Amino acid sequence: MAKVALMDYDKALEIYEPVLGFEIHVELNTGTKMFSAAGNPANEAHHGAEPNTLVAPVDMGLPGSLPVVNETAVRYAISLGLALGCQIAPSSRFARKNYFYPDLGKNYQISQYDEPIAFEGEVEIELDGGDIVTIPIERAHMEEDAGKLTHMGGATGRIQGAEYSLVDYNRAGVPLVEIVTKPIFGAEKRAPEIAKAYIATIRDIVRALGISEARMERGNLRCDANVSLRPRGQEKLGTRTETKNVNSMRSVERAVRYEIQRQAAILAAGGTITQETRHWHEDTGTTSPGRPKSDADDYRYFPEPDLLPVVPAPELIEQLRAALPEAPAAHRRRLKTAWGFTDLEFQDVVNGGLLAEVEATVAAGAAPAAARKWWTGELTRVANAAGTEPAALVEPAAVAELQKLVDAGTLTDKLARQVLEGMIAGEGTPQQIVDARGLAVVSDDGALIAAIDEALAAQPDVLEKIRDGKVQAAGAVIGAVMKAMRGQADAARVRELVLERASA
Amino acid sequence: MTDLTRLTAADLADRLAAGEVSSVEATQAHLDRIAAVDGDVRAFLHVSDHALQVAADIDRRRAAGEQLGPVAGVPLAVKDVLVTTDMPSTSGSRILEGYLSPYDATVVARSRAAGLVPLGKTNMDEFAMGSSTEHSAYGPTHNPWDLDRIPGGSGGGSAAAVAAFEAPLALGSDTGGSIRQPAHVTGTVGIKPTYGGVSRFGAIALASSLDQVGPVTRTVLDAGLLHDVIGGHDPHDSTSLAHAWPSFADAAREGARGDVLKGLKVGVIAELPDSGFQAGVSASFRAALSAMEAQGAEIVEISAPHFEYGVAAYYLILPAEASSNLAKFDSVRFGLRVDVPGGTVEDVMAATRDAGFGDEVKRRIILGTYALSAGYYDAYYGSAQKVRTLIQRDFDAAFAQVDVIATPSAPTTAFRLGEKIDDPLQMYLNDVTTIPANLAGVPGISIPSGLAEEDGLPVGIQFLAPAMQDARLYRVGAALEAVLVDSWGGPLLDRAPSLGAGGAR
Amino acid sequence: MSEITPDLVRHLGVLARIQLSDDEVERLTGQLDVIVDNIAKVAEVATPDVPATSHPIALENVFRPDVVGGMLSLGEVLQNAPDAADGRFRVTAILGEEQ
Ligand SMILES: [Mg+2]
Ligand SMILES: [Zn+2]
Repeated sequence: MAKVALMDYDKALEIYEPVLGFEIHVELNTGTKMFSAAGNPANEAHHGAEPNTLVAPVDMGLPGSLPVVNETAVRYAISLGLALGCQIAPSSRFARKNYFYPDLGKNYQISQYDEPIAFEGEVEIELDGGDIVTIPIERAHMEEDAGKLTHMGGATGRIQGAEYSLVDYNRAGVPLVEIVTKPIFGAEKRAPEIAKAYIATIRDIVRALGISEARMERGNLRCDANVSLRPRGQEKLGTRTETKNVNSMRSVERAVRYEIQRQAAILAAGGTITQETRHWHEDTGTTSPGRPKSDADDYRYFPEPDLLPVVPAPELIEQLRAALPEAPAAHRRRLKTAWGFTDLEFQDVVNGGLLAEVEATVAAGAAPAAARKWWTGELTRVANAAGTEPAALVEPAAVAELQKLVDAGTLTDKLARQVLEGMIAGEGTPQQIVDARGLAVVSDDGALIAAIDEALAAQPDVLEKIRDGKVQAAGAVIGAVMKAMRGQADAARVRELVLERASA
Repeated sequence: MTDLTRLTAADLADRLAAGEVSSVEATQAHLDRIAAVDGDVRAFLHVSDHALQVAADIDRRRAAGEQLGPVAGVPLAVKDVLVTTDMPSTSGSRILEGYLSPYDATVVARSRAAGLVPLGKTNMDEFAMGSSTEHSAYGPTHNPWDLDRIPGGSGGGSAAAVAAFEAPLALGSDTGGSIRQPAHVTGTVGIKPTYGGVSRFGAIALASSLDQVGPVTRTVLDAGLLHDVIGGHDPHDSTSLAHAWPSFADAAREGARGDVLKGLKVGVIAELPDSGFQAGVSASFRAALSAMEAQGAEIVEISAPHFEYGVAAYYLILPAEASSNLAKFDSVRFGLRVDVPGGTVEDVMAATRDAGFGDEVKRRIILGTYALSAGYYDAYYGSAQKVRTLIQRDFDAAFAQVDVIATPSAPTTAFRLGEKIDDPLQMYLNDVTTIPANLAGVPGISIPSGLAEEDGLPVGIQFLAPAMQDARLYRVGAALEAVLVDSWGGPLLDRAPSLGAGGAR
Repeated sequence: MSEITPDLVRHLGVLARIQLSDDEVERLTGQLDVIVDNIAKVAEVATPDVPATSHPIALENVFRPDVVGGMLSLGEVLQNAPDAADGRFRVTAILGEEQ
């Protein structure tokens, strides 16, 4: 592949104004699918199901099968629409989007087209510096997910060069809400940052609503980022590209930045942008062209004749509105006060996209400061090294349990980091790892005293020095004891015991 | 001993209940009849190899004193559009050859639960696209009245099976007349219920907003008995009505004995062109109206100015919905797969659909794809849906004046096999009288009105009623049936030539 | 005359995933032309003031409770599969891109 020219980011922004747009697919965590009573793999109860074991006739398009709408999915979609500040359509309906693909059991996707359930909203996002930006929402509509294709026989497991593919319909029919923004103007230099903050906000909203697990790494939240550039002063929008497959907040940020630089280089060289979908490559931090928009995009939408209009009662809408959780920005202000963090400490959490994790860890019993340290410290370090998100490593409840062991004196900070390593490796709960690895602090004074005796025997003058007021001499003994106990001793307790001995 | 195959389902059910005959005997009699005549008629695509076991089980349960339903033990033929777990379901298409469904259609499940004994699956135009059964991938069914003629379609197999005494009851499906038009050309009874009155779950979809499953029988009472079994709300079909339906068998009995026709206002459509109708069909229709008038019915001319747009709207809506419904036949999960050495999955899909679909199916898929494609939606599908509104308004206006509307069930008697196969447009015009009911969702019934003078072939009269008023059709149909059968001195089918007597297989 | 051309029919065949031979394209072009001419008459009465009817019997809010049921066994899922491997349906290589 030819080397792609990129323009310096700041220079690109001098010449061009970026216009953004996002389509986010949210997988709902209902118990069953959008149009069938099959278990929903995006619900905790059905994680890890074997291929094709969460399938009802309509999910694989069996002859004679019919869809029936999941009432809970509709309520979730209304709640999400309301949380996005949208109007809820007095009447909305489903439509068929017709295209052939092996992961699509019916070879049409049931979606919403001209009458989405929610439209015309806006959502406030908060940038790292605390600035608030308003993102205009065009619509949020209900639809179903497709199945999963695994490409076999190729070198990389990718579609190119694969000999054959395997199809699993477990994911087919998982309820989705697709959130579509209007064009976002005025992002300027902060375009990548806005992209990231917007995804984070949507994630926070759906989590607060409890309608999705919202784990990007699991595909619960999938973002397509649209980017176009127009020369400064030009009214007409430039041609946009739609970058798919950007499945972490960091990637969205990088992808938007990359597309701005790539498009700017093409335009500055007198070229034109092709309207196309592009693929994001996490490894190289680049995008590559997919399929150009073409005849194949004639989806032949028409109203789904097997389903009826959704006409939510005004009382239902008001009931769901009343039950909405607070907006993320307000929520953040409240947490900051409750946790007593400094501005810097709080920004650290927010910028790391770790608010929900810290909150869940605190909810599970950890002190806010300790929860923050784990997530912004060790977990972020490990995640960065592994190229993933901290949230993908461990569950907040497990972090809280780990901290409990530290608070109880069972673990030192250093030991706790070793336990965390075991947790990330999937060795079990913190307690199980402590037991299995034999990592607990030795709290038996008898064992400590024996080790102290041994150390004093090797350094007989230490007690004398302490009695002479040279308390720091205890350090040599403490060091020797810690070494003998392979770190599994509480240094403070050892110190106490040594001082006791000296004053005896 | 009585020939059990000549009994109506109602009579057979009575004898079964009284213990005079067993279900095994009744089932065996029909299997024997199938063996004797179906080589000529070809109503069945598949005959069950375990019908006798099912019948024996019913007999056992009855002997054990179990309370069984009114039609328990009566044999039933099932249109191949309905999926069944124990017999292949092909919808008359090569693309589904040998397909075994992991679940039963709701109407089949309800039939089994009622103790009906499925005999086999009946032939049909491929995916129910046709009016002659000539578009079946497995060869045409022959009309028992004249084996050189069509049995109607798409449900020619079910109608022929019933007309040839191979089964007393059959299930059909009606998207634009596929139950009523075969009834017309075979001298049998067929009902398209109100849209949503019978579940579509497990009926291989042709056009979702038009399809409806219904009974195919020899008498109106038998149809009511079967309708009572299969009808009612089904949570698996979102368009199924949660309506409290009366007993249609009771309605038929009431019609047969009462004076339903007295004071009944029967609408005839002013705009229905006389020209397209065969003389004998028109004559039979007028004679039936006269018979009703003689019983005190009042014939009222009504106007339905938009019915003439029905065929056009139908041939936009049906192909559009069908093009989408039939997309699932793609070689990935079930059905035919054509190997394309070195081909991509797209190549395999396209080759499979080329090989697996017949000409009529391809024609309608391409037509429907065109009607939905960018730039045409409003002009075609959108406009066709507006015609539905106009036709519904015509019905509303008419039913403000009359109790039922009457039409000939189809323009001609059974035409010869092959006569219209190369002229799709002529074939489409067969459905001119039946289509409005599907577009508007109202119920319709076809019962025999007599034989056409010029060819001695059966003619049917169709009655239409407002939505949900299916029971009215049973009352009126049974009343006219009683009058006509009385005037004929016996059922019309008694005059059909006997089959299988001379050297049938 | 309608605008049905062989190229349009060929394009429709691609959209509908039906591999049409040249003979079929030619035959369909002629037949569709006649049919389309006839059915286009719906536009005569479908004026803007007439609402569309998508369902013959108007219903709304038909929902299902969010309760698991009606799932197929793996055996049932695969029982008609033209080809399968590892509990999944097997298809030949896919042209194009990941969606
Ligand atoms: Mg597909
Ligand atoms: Zn979508």
